[in-house]
Amino acid sequence: MAVKMFRKCPDSGLYFHKTAESLMKAHAVLGVVYLLIGGVLGLLVAATRAPGIHLLSAEAFYTALTAHGTAILIYWIIFFEMAVLYFASSTLLRCRPATPGIGWIGFLLMLIGSTMSMVAFARGNSSVMFTSYVPMPAEPIFYLGLILFAVGALIGCFVFLGTLVIAKREQTYDGSVPLVTFGAIVACVIAVFTIASGAAILLPTFLWSVGLINNIDPAIYRLFWWGMGHSSQQINVSAHVAIWYAIAAILFGAKPMSEKVSRGAFLLYILFLQLASAHHLLVDAGLSASWKVFNTSYAMYLAVLASMIHGLTVPGAIEVAQRKKGYTNGLFEWLRKAPWGNPVFSGMFLSLIVFGFIGGITGVVMGTEQINLIIHNTIFVPGHFHATVAVGTTLAFMAITYFLIPVLFRREVIMPGLAKWQPYIFTAGMLLLILFMLGAGTLGVPRRHWDINFADAAMQYQFAGSAIAMMGVAGMGGILAAVGGALFCLIAVGSLVFGKRLDQGASLFSSFGLPMADSSYTVERPDRLERTPVESSGSSGHAVEAKGTFVLALVFLASFVVYFFINAKYLSSLWKLG
Amino acid sequence: MSLTPPNQMIWWKEPIHRIEVTWIILALSWCLVLFLWMPYWHVFGDQNLSSESYRIKPEAFEAKAKAMADQYTVRKETKMEIPVVKPPPGSDVYLVARLWQWWPILELEKDKSYRLHISSLDWQHGLSIQPVNINVQVLPGYEVVMNITPNQAGEYGVVCNEFCGIGHHTMLGKIYVK
Repeated sequence: MAVKMFRKCPDSGLYFHKTAESLMKAHAVLGVVYLLIGGVLGLLVAATRAPGIHLLSAEAFYTALTAHGTAILIYWIIFFEMAVLYFASSTLLRCRPATPGIGWIGFLLMLIGSTMSMVAFARGNSSVMFTSYVPMPAEPIFYLGLILFAVGALIGCFVFLGTLVIAKREQTYDGSVPLVTFGAIVACVIAVFTIASGAAILLPTFLWSVGLINNIDPAIYRLFWWGMGHSSQQINVSAHVAIWYAIAAILFGAKPMSEKVSRGAFLLYILFLQLASAHHLLVDAGLSASWKVFNTSYAMYLAVLASMIHGLTVPGAIEVAQRKKGYTNGLFEWLRKAPWGNPVFSGMFLSLIVFGFIGGITGVVMGTEQINLIIHNTIFVPGHFHATVAVGTTLAFMAITYFLIPVLFRREVIMPGLAKWQPYIFTAGMLLLILFMLGAGTLGVPRRHWDINFADAAMQYQFAGSAIAMMGVAGMGGILAAVGGALFCLIAVGSLVFGKRLDQGASLFSSFGLPMADSSYTVERPDRLERTPVESSGSSGHAVEAKGTFVLALVFLASFVVYFFINAKYLSSLWKLG
Repeated sequence: MSLTPPNQMIWWKEPIHRIEVTWIILALSWCLVLFLWMPYWHVFGDQNLSSESYRIKPEAFEAKAKAMADQYTVRKETKMEIPVVKPPPGSDVYLVARLWQWWPILELEKDKSYRLHISSLDWQHGLSIQPVNINVQVLPGYEVVMNITPNQAGEYGVVCNEFCGIGHHTMLGKIYVK
């Protein structure tokens, strides 16, 4: 083909294939649309659970909560992840996408499927929560919508894998794939497993909803559903860790401390993360204690180990790069002198900190077989996963979006002053929401509950005053987080519509002080992607150590140990159970 | 760089940073502590959920609960005349979850053990005993048997913490410990 399909971004140096670029844009834009929808619903949910506001009626609340979970956890995140897959294959490997037509069919299926289930929610007869536990029934179009969406996502995964094959065959790169692409491959492998688990349970459940199957066993449903429901969160982990590495490389030219360790950690995800579905079943009937202990620990916490490794190597890589630039004073000059005013950095770093310190620690603690007794289905659980998904994944995606607006969409980011603050506002709101949900959950407040004052119940029960107060603060946090999320949507969508076009000599981070020049589709075949140059300093290149990061990691470990034993102590105060 | 292929073709043979090795050893050790704590608590801890459970038809479970209530009801409470049942210590106690009620009200003795059977007659529910904060999933068709020994007297609320439809937030039960 002699057609010139690629353009080179002069300063980022990235090559974009025209069709892959359109696919990326379409998926990313749809993702942001669902973030907007889901965010508005989240605001309504937060304002209903806040005592004193109690905004929605019970019926509207349960519908809004169902739609909020589905729109954010599935649609926003997976649409955006598809864009990440096209970026990590076609753009990073400088390769044409495999079967782009089929890629578009996948996109259309995702669009149709997601629309169908949103219609089902609007009709009001499918308020069954994101988990849709049988035998509580939803309308058939709810299940069908999820199935079509999953098929579309599966197609996207195979187009990604096909693109890798083409890149290898056409030798568009030298040596092994870059680490970021490696992370995306891991996300894709987990996605295929996730979708297979989902198909195994949603297909029969759909047939049950139209009357072709009599009965779905609720325990089996939960096992398979969580094979999808939790594994899909592991796609997010792999994807956002890959984005952390990508941002470290983009902003600092950071290289992984050692490829072997980072890639080995990603491999642990593939081998062990899927066992995680078990930690949703720790207080379920029909499973033995040893099954629970082995599986919930992802086989001795080897996947947790993987996340702890990334938690060290990502900031460690940044620290090494910064120290080489001369920020060598003390333990933390490299961090203090980081570009905190650039939302690409602040978003990424806040994502990393909140994901690790709060999301990671609470997740492992509540996934301990016996400790789950004091946490299962309390509002502690959404507290945990807002730290992992709303800050960990969503904020990482927001951060990379600030990079993609100029590079991919060729627009200047509007309102740079607000963009600078957006990650902080969003994180501050989320932190209030998360910490006080964790607190209220520790005092037993249930999740997915319209009225913890039980005004319409036949009996009375009064939660502790502190629990009610914490729900109030969490509600305020939710509202502030919604403002932060709305700012992101406003800036992202506003930049695409009103942002200055970057076709002629504009700048990549002009709003944040970095230069960029012109580009258009003038390249027929990009230069081969060469290996990272060997560094001159020292034979091993290990002269610079990430001491500051290591200290942060020790603080993390200490918090982890303390928090674990606080919960173990709490558990020991319960009634004797055996 | 993470956006370019590794500089060595054989990247799995490159040396590892000292800090990375140290951290991997520390993190792995902690992971093993976390893992071993669970079997440890099964042996030395007092709060372990039994894995005794059976498949059961909702009608059969309801019948067993009714038989217990007929035998040991001591009074009735609320406008709905829900029986308060006081079974002898050590006996089998049944708690029914259904839309949208925990049935019956139980009255137990402090520091005495009971075999508490729970199951749902319809959809999934979540047993959440408050404020002691014990939370167990309740499925239709499965009967879970927990050995419980309440260690503090008081009036406990039984909240449903698994969403079970529009009346979910009205599903509240009671356990007295005397």
